[in-house]
Amino acid sequence: MSDTNAFASNSSLMGILTLRDIEFHRNENLLFSGIDASLEFGDILQIEGPNGSGKTTLLRLITMALSPCLGEITWQGENITCIRERYLKNVLFLGHQPGLNESLSAEENLIWWRRLNKSNSLSDSDALKRTGLIKYKSIACSHLSAGQVRRAALARLHVAEAKLWILDEPFSALDKEGSRELKILILGHLSRGGIVVLSTHHDLEIKNMKRISLVSSRQVC
Amino acid sequence: MNTGFMVIFRRDLLVAMRHRGDLANPIIFFFIVIVLVPLGLTPESSKLSEIAPGILWVMALLASLLSLDSLFQNDYDDGTLEQIIILPQPLYFMVLAKIIVHWLVTGLPLSLLAPILGMMLSLPDAGYPALVLSLLMGTAILSLLGAVGAALTLPLGKEGLLLPLIVMPLYMPVLIFGANSVQLAINGFSVIGPLAIIGSLLALSLIVTPYVTAGALRLSIQG
Repeated sequence: MSDTNAFASNSSLMGILTLRDIEFHRNENLLFSGIDASLEFGDILQIEGPNGSGKTTLLRLITMALSPCLGEITWQGENITCIRERYLKNVLFLGHQPGLNESLSAEENLIWWRRLNKSNSLSDSDALKRTGLIKYKSIACSHLSAGQVRRAALARLHVAEAKLWILDEPFSALDKEGSRELKILILGHLSRGGIVVLSTHHDLEIKNMKRISLVSSRQVC
Repeated sequence: MNTGFMVIFRRDLLVAMRHRGDLANPIIFFFIVIVLVPLGLTPESSKLSEIAPGILWVMALLASLLSLDSLFQNDYDDGTLEQIIILPQPLYFMVLAKIIVHWLVTGLPLSLLAPILGMMLSLPDAGYPALVLSLLMGTAILSLLGAVGAALTLPLGKEGLLLPLIVMPLYMPVLIFGANSVQLAINGFSVIGPLAIIGSLLALSLIVTPYVTAGALRLSIQG
């Protein structure tokens, strides 16, 4: 919390997580440029755009898997490249590929992941119960359906302490019930003062949602 | 002990145990070739014992090379690698854990199996200690150096001869000193020299290669 206070004067001006004039090129083609956003605790940002417009790339810039060609991303007023470890402690990323090993069960996958991340006291089986996977917790992920694999990945949201959730198409492969549960989970995180950045084609109907609309890179070129 | 190291170490060992079939592949390859050599060349023990150190070492090297593909490929395909790279933990130790598990499931069994196969090639008695010692250290170097190549060629998928081309030149000193130490032991000379060189190569690659591998892995997920 001391960090928050130390940079309170800065962050009141520019938000907790800010993107400033982000530009990214892939293979010398401009993917997007001039992306600006400023998020406070409790904010949600939706990234929209047609396939291939760079939604995933923008999310990966925020996770620091990639670095922008121009512009800077700041967390509490500091450039994230300068405070890498401190920043990443606050980040939870769920990508297209769920990051679950096929030969391990949902439970085993959750166990190794939470040991490496800051996590709350919720037990593994409770987290899996809440995602509706408790019956399948010892079955290897290769035997689960696409939706169940997605649910196994989402179990991390229940145990994570991270303030900033970065979710890439979290609703894909989920059924109606699962989508509803995920939305409740996101709303709960926002009400606790978390920040969510996600890419989705769903209309989430969440109040005060910020949006970034990316255009197809072909039109830009 | 570093948390990242321990967690990845346990996780990878568990994954390796789930793929016992794949684990046996390099060992079976090693075994088959060594069984075929006397049939193809000559069953005469005096001639076999002359070439035994070299054959054993070359085959251990190739068997280790065969298993490199799997080192990071699964983690790359299923997104685990990306999760690991964005962790607020030093990647160095997590990569080191992966490499050590790779050695435990390939290099270590190969080294322990080598004396039995040495017997089939009528390796003289004096050669056994040097064979096992040089293979134990040598295969660890092979895993460490191979990890660099595996990380560099990761985005290319499983196709391509690029991986052997990258790592082969780096493997050569290990092969030369390894096979040489066994030969020296058979001829009754001291093996401390070549073993010390293999040991120093091991120390060097233990420190350097996880760094290089970690850098190559960071590059690989930018594709």
